[in-house]
Amino acid sequence: MHTELREKHEIYDYLRHSKKFPVMWCAGCGIGIVLGAIIRAIDRMGLDRDRVAMVSGIGCTGRMPVYVDFNTMHTTHGRALAFATGLKLARPDMYVLVVMGDGDALAIGGNHFIHAARRNMDLTAIVVNNNIYGMTGGQYSPTTPLHMRATTAPYGNIEPPFPLCELAKAAGASFVARSTVYHATELDRLIEQAIARRGFSVVEAVSYCHTTYGRLNRLGAAVDMMRWLKENSVTLAQAEKMSPEERETKIVRGILLDREGPGYVDLYDEIIRQAKAAENG
Amino acid sequence: MTAQFMQGNTACAEGALVAGCRFFAGYPITPSSEIAEILSYRLPALGGKFIQMEDEIASLAAVIGASVGGMKAMTATSGPGFSLMQENIGYAAMTEIPCVIVNVQRTGPSTGLPTSPAQGDVMQSRWGTHGDHPIIVLSPSSVMETFRLTVTAFNFSEKYRTPVILLMDEVVAHMREKVDLPAPEQVEVVDRIQTNVPPEWYFPYEETASDVPPLVSFGQGFRYHITGLFHDVRGFPTERLDEIQPWLKRVFAKINNNLSDILMYEEEDTRGARTVVLAYGSTARSARHAVRLARARRHKAGFCKLLTIWPFPEEAVERLAHTAKRIVVPEMNLGQLALEVERVAGRHKVRRVNRADGEMITPQQILEAIEG
Repeated sequence: MHTELREKHEIYDYLRHSKKFPVMWCAGCGIGIVLGAIIRAIDRMGLDRDRVAMVSGIGCTGRMPVYVDFNTMHTTHGRALAFATGLKLARPDMYVLVVMGDGDALAIGGNHFIHAARRNMDLTAIVVNNNIYGMTGGQYSPTTPLHMRATTAPYGNIEPPFPLCELAKAAGASFVARSTVYHATELDRLIEQAIARRGFSVVEAVSYCHTTYGRLNRLGAAVDMMRWLKENSVTLAQAEKMSPEERETKIVRGILLDREGPGYVDLYDEIIRQAKAAENG
Repeated sequence: MTAQFMQGNTACAEGALVAGCRFFAGYPITPSSEIAEILSYRLPALGGKFIQMEDEIASLAAVIGASVGGMKAMTATSGPGFSLMQENIGYAAMTEIPCVIVNVQRTGPSTGLPTSPAQGDVMQSRWGTHGDHPIIVLSPSSVMETFRLTVTAFNFSEKYRTPVILLMDEVVAHMREKVDLPAPEQVEVVDRIQTNVPPEWYFPYEETASDVPPLVSFGQGFRYHITGLFHDVRGFPTERLDEIQPWLKRVFAKINNNLSDILMYEEEDTRGARTVVLAYGSTARSARHAVRLARARRHKAGFCKLLTIWPFPEEAVERLAHTAKRIVVPEMNLGQLALEVERVAGRHKVRRVNRADGEMITPQQILEAIEG
């Protein structure tokens, strides 16, 4: 109880109370849980909030930065990682967090996503995956599962979804992890590790959209969808004991990739050092 | 500095460095690539940064991000890339983040003639992004002017918190001329206005006497919000008319109240001229030559070169139209800036000289229009 109160206070302390409440998300949405996890991670790490930037694109998740007391930037659809790249290179001392939805990160921003990963750009990407375009009313996204319905897939989706974490791993990220909005404290621990890692780190926060996706596919209300996340996700250790077929049906949680090594910023600093040395010598 | 033989794209890169540019993000495209190549080599030694992005959309996004981080930043492209940048030009205008976009024009539409000059992006540079927004567009006609106007582009972007477009063309970019660049300490360099209030009193979009609010970089303790949505003085999204309308009024006022600073043009022999040739970019070179040929043949011809094309210098054109019987507007497109001249001078006074096939307009073509 005591811990709970303290945590509530911590989150309160990081919010902007001057104007922008209540939040614009639907009651029961998982995005607020992801925001809470980010705040807990930052608070636990003791980061100076002047040195924290939160950059977003467009969509429900794109509205996250406005509520928090960091350096915040709500950019254009899909381009958050590119804006964040410029900011990080100008201010390498800052922790630059990029929050995106699945459509933002993988459809319109898919190119920026794979190239930020390929460059191993020193950013923390947190993708809230709710399998749908929520803000525009429930159109299918690059992570909508096969056969599921959306307002633009009235006969069922025939496009195979992108496996976000596999994509990040293959493209060159240095840290890739996944959890769900049911596992809120696990999520904040993963985000903490992602922020600490040099290079490009990705955390997939599996969420849901009961307002559109849940309604169109008769998956129940927010609580039902939350329960589904609880019952259909497994830890990495549990997944390893499963047959490949069984594993396919589960959301695997945990750190999927963690490799040490320099990020882009370190490598460019070396170029600056060499260029200056050449100039002087 | 001693005289050098220099290419237009090199002069652009040199001008950017003198102006304080320390960040460049771009994507390779003819005929602008030399600017990126030079800056990739020069920036690191100055502690600056260069990055080749995955496309032009990302390039301008990174430039804006770096500018928010406090670096003067630039990108360079050509028509096809410029089209991709329109989305974030609108973002820079909406969020009032200084940045410089160089567009070395080539013949379009689409892939067009990648190595041939054109002036087909005059209207795109003004209205390419969606929605009403202020913008400044400068167009050089020589290598030296490219150096000068690149510095001016940075100065305007910092002074007025606005994206500035340097509209070059392939001829100016690839032409080599003798230039005598000034020593860096002799060049006037303007930096964005800083605030002297504590963070809790800082409003990144407040109304000020100059209509340009101070801009504090991220990471300096001010922790404010930037959004492409309409926003209030603190930067928070708004749908309130009493917050949207003052914003619109202010961002146009910051340009329109400073036209005497922003509008640059040069006149030769326009006093008493019966015919004035009005040109910009590399076409101004042919136009000036044509006017001299015409005057040698005792025609009362004058020449006006626009360095600022947006905002359009309508008072200057109005004045010229008041005394001249005819205004000849040569441009390497099928009539874009001529539309503005016609709006101000009246259609009957304007004679257009156009081509959009990748070839320059010759002095002879313009001379025919003066004499015809």
